[in-house]
Amino acid sequence: MTIRPGLRRCFLLALLPLMLLAACEQATTTASFHATEIRDASFGRELQLPDTEGRLRTLADFRGEVVAVYFGFLQCPDVCPTALSRAVAVKQLLGEDGKRFRVVFITVDPERDTPEVVRAYLDAFDPSFVGLVGSPEEVARTAKEFRVYYRKVPTGSSYTMDHTATTFVYNADGKLRLAVPHALSAEDFAADVRRLLAE
Amino acid sequence: MLTTKTRRSLGLALMFGAFTLPAWAQTVKVEDPWVQATVAGQKATAAFMKLTADAPVKLTGGKTPVAPVVEIHEMVMEGEVMKMRAIDGGLPLEAGKTMELKPGGYHVMLIDLPKAVEVGQRVPLTLIFTDTEGKEFTVEVEAPVRPLKRDHGKKSGHEM
Repeated sequence: MTIRPGLRRCFLLALLPLMLLAACEQATTTASFHATEIRDASFGRELQLPDTEGRLRTLADFRGEVVAVYFGFLQCPDVCPTALSRAVAVKQLLGEDGKRFRVVFITVDPERDTPEVVRAYLDAFDPSFVGLVGSPEEVARTAKEFRVYYRKVPTGSSYTMDHTATTFVYNADGKLRLAVPHALSAEDFAADVRRLLAE
Repeated sequence: MLTTKTRRSLGLALMFGAFTLPAWAQTVKVEDPWVQATVAGQKATAAFMKLTADAPVKLTGGKTPVAPVVEIHEMVMEGEVMKMRAIDGGLPLEAGKTMELKPGGYHVMLIDLPKAVEVGQRVPLTLIFTDTEGKEFTVEVEAPVRPLKRDHGKKSGHEM
């Protein structure tokens, strides 16, 4: 079969994205996580914030547990309840292993989200969820460490917060391992947690 | 198939209909309204529902005894960043097409709640619409309160 050189070039060009995709696939599917896998992260290495009872919490407190860290705020009527409801579903799907799955919620709106309200809010989902409420400076430092974006945006009489809706997941040794996108299903999330629990 | 005669009378009926239209109150059908529960101290929540208008109108606002401020908001994801914005000029509804206000999209935001909105409560909500001539009309609904923790179900796990 003879193909004109021009046509052949077209063919190769058309194939290029596929070849690139294949190369990427090789790099990331070795572990076959549904979420984005993170290795040797240069971010999210430290976490140090007071919880809703005023105790200073660090990642070391949760050794032996897979920890899911989510940044949000209580006035958020949409993605935050969605993310926390998904976390409840993940815990349920894990069954007995759910005891080794810890959810940590960090408010990006400490001006309005007092420790008492955050506690009551998380209790509406699962009383085992940990709420961290820092000073505005502490929150800013933590968000920077996680490369999380948040910003106050005025709306009419009040304000809302734009924020990163990714959930960060640590393995039982306290290593940051996954960035879970907001759109990932509870089933896929739970499957990933199961894999991490086996690490 | 329509005969010429019936088609003509249909045309006449439509013309007549068009003339009588202003006297005819526009309506918007509101289905499955619900309000998300809050805990004490939480200052805002959202109402969700399905809206079907019989003419092109805009949802421009609302009133409720449970909150002094009501705004129409849109949630958008830009990459992994969640953004929420008030919709300026109202949310347009096409005639006959159902618009669903649901998590992951549009909602009616209830702001500065003086006290918690609890499961079991029914929230009276006056929805304000504006027609193409700029005339306002309202539709009253009562929205039951649903728990903060949403049922993720077994299949997709995501209500979006």
